[in-house]
Amino acid sequence: LSGEPDAEIVVDTRGRACPIPVIELAKAVAGAPAGTIVALRSDDPTSKVDVPVWCRMRRQRLIGQTEDPEGGWVFRVETDRP
Amino acid sequence: VSPIASRTYLDHASAWPVRPEAARAHADALATAWADPGRRHAEGREAGDLLGRATATVADLVGAPERGVVWTSGGTESVHLAVLGSARAAVLRGDERRHVVVSAVEHSSVLAAVRRLVDDHGFTVTRVPVDRSGLVDPEDVAGAISPDTLAVHLQHANHEVGAVQPTHEVGAICRSRDVVLHVDACQSIGQMAVSLDQLGADLLSASAAKYGGTRGVGFLAIGPRGRTAPLQVGDERQRRRRAGLEDVPGIAAAAVALRIAASAAGAETRHRERLRRHLRAALAMLPDVEVHGPLADAHPGIVAASALYVDGEALLTELDANGFAVHSGSSCATTSGEPSHVLVAMGVLTHGHVRISIGPETTTAQLDAFVEAYHGAVQRLRATAGMMDHGPEVSVER
Repeated sequence: LSGEPDAEIVVDTRGRACPIPVIELAKAVAGAPAGTIVALRSDDPTSKVDVPVWCRMRRQRLIGQTEDPEGGWVFRVETDRP
Repeated sequence: VSPIASRTYLDHASAWPVRPEAARAHADALATAWADPGRRHAEGREAGDLLGRATATVADLVGAPERGVVWTSGGTESVHLAVLGSARAAVLRGDERRHVVVSAVEHSSVLAAVRRLVDDHGFTVTRVPVDRSGLVDPEDVAGAISPDTLAVHLQHANHEVGAVQPTHEVGAICRSRDVVLHVDACQSIGQMAVSLDQLGADLLSASAAKYGGTRGVGFLAIGPRGRTAPLQVGDERQRRRRAGLEDVPGIAAAAVALRIAASAAGAETRHRERLRRHLRAALAMLPDVEVHGPLADAHPGIVAASALYVDGEALLTELDANGFAVHSGSSCATTSGEPSHVLVAMGVLTHGHVRISIGPETTTAQLDAFVEAYHGAVQRLRATAGMMDHGPEVSVER
């Protein structure tokens, strides 16, 4: 994922099943300053449902969901600005 | 593992305990009506008479014509007879319509049968979406029907979250558009008011295992507009609609169980509905637990919930070790690795999903004990994953 902005944290959970991707996403978001973009890479199809639901539950902004050229998907979450 | 006597069975939606009256009818029939009901000797007539009485009882209870009940090997075969058999009947009579409509939350037996129509017989299918509580909008079904539509397949009560679909409204739409409505009532038969008229159905599939009959028995009820062609062929039994020797003892038990269930349904439903609301409210109080399905328009005995950051299989295992039998087939960690199509269609959390299905013997105290065990298991599993109730923990010392 070269060429992404510096403020982006990449969390690679490929090969790991639900609920690990959302757990890793939650940990990364909690440890990041507001306004950070966290990119979650996951090839667990459950993430397509659970990441948007988690963002809704935690009031985080899902700004993008794209197919990962290497398999799976990339979800971009912008952490909450205070 | 704790002894069965101290266990709490909360999986009635998978298999309802055999009702004692049905078990007695089954034992009696095994002793007296074991012969081939199609034979003309005295032994055969004994079995044939019992089969006839059981069929008439069930036809009466579901409001089907006297000849409108076909016995099957269970819910799956009933559904297949409705989906594949009705399509085959259309092909055989020269009907050229090749499109069916299903909801996105149908049981996998319906969806797999429809996929076979698509793969093997050139049908097309439209999947009608559901809202976040799992309900279809009848207007969406109407919009999915085209001049090429042969049938709509819509369940009565959802097997995972208990949502009860507006089948009667959909039935009226289907009649006005000359389309057949098959209602999969496997999850509601014997537990809610189920008849062809009440559900607006032309075909109604059912399983005896879901209301206290023996396992391996089901039926398809066929109304005046319903048509099926046989899937099992080879003899003239059941008016050539389903070949193979009938399980007369199982059928007798299925009829007795349905009669008992229908007479008990009022009291059982009031009790279960009260417990269902109690359990929903208790689970909804827990942090990061989402309760699924509608509050009203719901099956009286099904409660479904997801727990954030929790692996469903691990949760099920902990609950089982604590003496609680619940189902988690729709959780994220099923063997297929695919999330439940029902939860996906609803757009709700799949983490740590369990279905709790309440029976007539279930008590408030049992459900309170369940909620305590559930909360404890959820907290332990979250702690193990480094996640506490309210978001992530920096470090967890245990």
